[in-house]
Amino acid sequence: MKKELKLTVNGQPYEVYVPPKTLLVQVLRDQLGLTGTKRGCSDSSCGACTVMLNGMAVKSCSILALQANGAEVRTVEGLAKGAELAPLQKAFLDHGAFQCGFCTSGMLMASTALLAENPKPTKEQIKEGIDGNICRCTGYNSIIRAVTAVVKGEYKEEK
Amino acid sequence: MSKYSVIGTRVHRVDGPEKITGSAKYTFDLVLPNMLYGKILRSPHPHAKVLKIDTRKAEKLIGVKGVVTGKDTIGKKQGIWRRFPELCDEEILCRKKVRYIGDAVAAVAAIDEDTAEEALDLIEVEYETLPAVFDPLEAIAEEAPQIHEGVELNININRHIEWGDVDEAFKKCDHIREDQFVCSSQAHVCMETHDAVASFDYGGKLTMWTSTQSSYYIQRLLADMTGLREGDIRVIKPPTGGGFGSKFELDSAQFCAAILSMKLCKPVKIVLSREEEFTATKRRTPMYYFLKLGAKKDGTLLAKEVRVITEGGAYTGMGATALYLTGFFSSFPYKYPNYRYDGYRAYTNTAPTSAMRGFGAPQSTFVGESQLDMMADDLGIDPIEIRRKNGMTPNYEVPGQAYIQSCGLHQCLDKIEEHIKQRGKLPPNHGIGVSAYGFMSGGIFNWFDTPYAFSSAIVRVNIDGKVDLFTGACDVGQGSDTTLSMICAEELGVKLDDIRIHSADTGICPPDLGAWGSRETLMNGNAVKRAAADAKNQLLEFAAAKMGINIVHDLDIRDCRVYLADRPERGISYYDVVKEAIRGKDGEAIIGRGHYTPHRKGMISPAYSFGVQAAEVEVDPETGRYELINVTTAHESGTVINPVGIEGQLEGAIMMAGGYGYCEDQPMDEGKILNPSIADYKLIRSLDMPETKILEIDTYEPEGPFGAKEAGEGLTNPTAGAIANAVYKAVGVRINTLPITPEKVFRALREKEAKKKKK
Repeated sequence: MKKELKLTVNGQPYEVYVPPKTLLVQVLRDQLGLTGTKRGCSDSSCGACTVMLNGMAVKSCSILALQANGAEVRTVEGLAKGAELAPLQKAFLDHGAFQCGFCTSGMLMASTALLAENPKPTKEQIKEGIDGNICRCTGYNSIIRAVTAVVKGEYKEEK
Repeated sequence: MSKYSVIGTRVHRVDGPEKITGSAKYTFDLVLPNMLYGKILRSPHPHAKVLKIDTRKAEKLIGVKGVVTGKDTIGKKQGIWRRFPELCDEEILCRKKVRYIGDAVAAVAAIDEDTAEEALDLIEVEYETLPAVFDPLEAIAEEAPQIHEGVELNININRHIEWGDVDEAFKKCDHIREDQFVCSSQAHVCMETHDAVASFDYGGKLTMWTSTQSSYYIQRLLADMTGLREGDIRVIKPPTGGGFGSKFELDSAQFCAAILSMKLCKPVKIVLSREEEFTATKRRTPMYYFLKLGAKKDGTLLAKEVRVITEGGAYTGMGATALYLTGFFSSFPYKYPNYRYDGYRAYTNTAPTSAMRGFGAPQSTFVGESQLDMMADDLGIDPIEIRRKNGMTPNYEVPGQAYIQSCGLHQCLDKIEEHIKQRGKLPPNHGIGVSAYGFMSGGIFNWFDTPYAFSSAIVRVNIDGKVDLFTGACDVGQGSDTTLSMICAEELGVKLDDIRIHSADTGICPPDLGAWGSRETLMNGNAVKRAAADAKNQLLEFAAAKMGINIVHDLDIRDCRVYLADRPERGISYYDVVKEAIRGKDGEAIIGRGHYTPHRKGMISPAYSFGVQAAEVEVDPETGRYELINVTTAHESGTVINPVGIEGQLEGAIMMAGGYGYCEDQPMDEGKILNPSIADYKLIRSLDMPETKILEIDTYEPEGPFGAKEAGEGLTNPTAGAIANAVYKAVGVRINTLPITPEKVFRALREKEAKKKKK
């Protein structure tokens, strides 16, 4: 029996029908076609599916889609404004903060949520902010440098 | 003016904008019209006869479109060591016998994954279980069950390497050490699991999109296993979520998707679950090491004898290469005048072991560097000094094995010595351990039996001066698309932005063996450089005629300007030359070709890179817990093409190699891997990651493009040994088995205390 789900993703309202056990990540990827959000495991331990739910970082495989009813969701596709990249995205490019790129969407969303909550995190707080996200390629330090550069104001958002 | 315009500059990855916006489409993201989803049924037994497979109930389930078993295959065994039929020992869909928990027996295609999963439960497989053996030391005993027909004592393959007179040399040694070590397994844990979309059409052509390190290998192996002609198979590698050695053999997702699609003439997608990824794909080879090392009082190493037994698991895969390379790299990076290696790979009823980043060398470096520190300690010699005394130098021949041209090992030792001195006196329970290593730049021995050049590339210069670069090289995240585009831009004299790379699509790219053994920068880099030079020469012919220059002058191109090499002020626009050249060729685009296969470079590799790493740890003597504080690496890889790429390789290697040394492990019970999830398989996360420092050493490799060689895989070698040596320096306990867990350190500390009390 499918249930109605209303949610806003990247500012766009959606109304879809889903079986109750559907996960948020499944709706995002399979129904809305937002495949930027990845899945690297099935037990909420890798962080590749991290999105923002009402401003907080959430692993979208760890909640049922229906739990997001009425929520504001932001995915990696919602970071850039048109062709203009978000500061974190620019910093990731400059600092080589990704390689295979499969964890990158989750890293960007975890970092975005961190900076939304705490615009001036220390290095340790940045590490804590992405500790739920596995990256098998970079060794994290380039990601930490990229986030630090944004914290230092090296990448201004164009208004 | 610097020597290069593009090489050595800090650039954005060419695939960067796609990856940081979530727009890159991985195999995992692909959906085709009418596509079905596949799932694979796997053996729950480590060793069993397959008596009967009944798929009727599964086929009747609504939504199921097809089921395949071994009966739907052409009944061949596959293997990547194609030159040696006896090493092609894996069916993928087993017909008569399963040899490990995870061996595939059937696959289902259905309208969605849930239905496919449900159908797996309806397949009835009748097994007759057989006695199994899990430990390689037990597997080679007379009474052990035989895993493959006709393979005596379960010895899959053995390798012998020898030079000098080892027995005579040991007689001349002042001190001899004999030690044993155990190297554990490791999972690759690519963030994108193995996956494939296969689409077989009514015209008899198969197209496959797959997450792979070698689209050419997969094309050829699929041809072997389906009976299709190579040319009827097109393999496309979309952006790929990591490889690390796990993705250049034909895997169950690819094979089952192909077989199902061929049966149904519909696209079929199979994505392995994370649990399958841990239990039913190949992994790093566990090794039992027996080492004998002899030295003079002054630290001169005279002889080394190495015996290794490796846990092969159920099939060969790339295990034969790992067995050879661990023996070869056991002599690295030192000049042993006398050396002997005997390695045996035993079949066991466990998940097969194969290639993983470092390919046998992380094992040999851990054991070798541990024992070398023990020797230095016995002789009262500084660890740096003993390495300096015996370390390889440029233009050194490993007797009968390999020729090393460039080698910056000694500069690396100097830098690390300086780093340790700068660190000064360490706080209590801190220790810095040192480990030196070397690695190859691509393999030479043609076990795959390819008739093609190892690497090739095509460069097409279009009317607007933009360049299309076609190459079979596979970017799996390591950044070869960027590095090769940089090489192309530099050689042709254009901007990086002028290059558009098309890679790893067998339908449009010339063959390349793929991304393994650190081969892309040197081998494919040479092919790309030659292709770009070919295109450039064609352009320069027109330019010379147009400029009417004296025959004694040379022309070159740089920064999109064609100029006289010895009078750079005389030049014309590259774009104008391109337009006229194409007009002059009756409208044909300028096409340059290049290929590279190492010739007369021995059997192993055309070039080697070197480095020295220092790891600092702080150990809590009460609990054995320790923290990786800092890992500093002095590293040389010839000319640095892509500095951002090298930094990423280096730091990333420390995450993976540090994990190998510190926490990653795959404990088993009766062949069953006990931690098949990221929650239970401990990886280094951001909070565990040490500070990293890179000390780059300049070298120039004559065989490499612009002097470049390997950079990235070799960096997986030193860390476990550096950690072992650091723990010893910190608290005086020596751990000979990987991983070096806090528990082992704790137990060793208690044992040490108990011994002290006894005295």
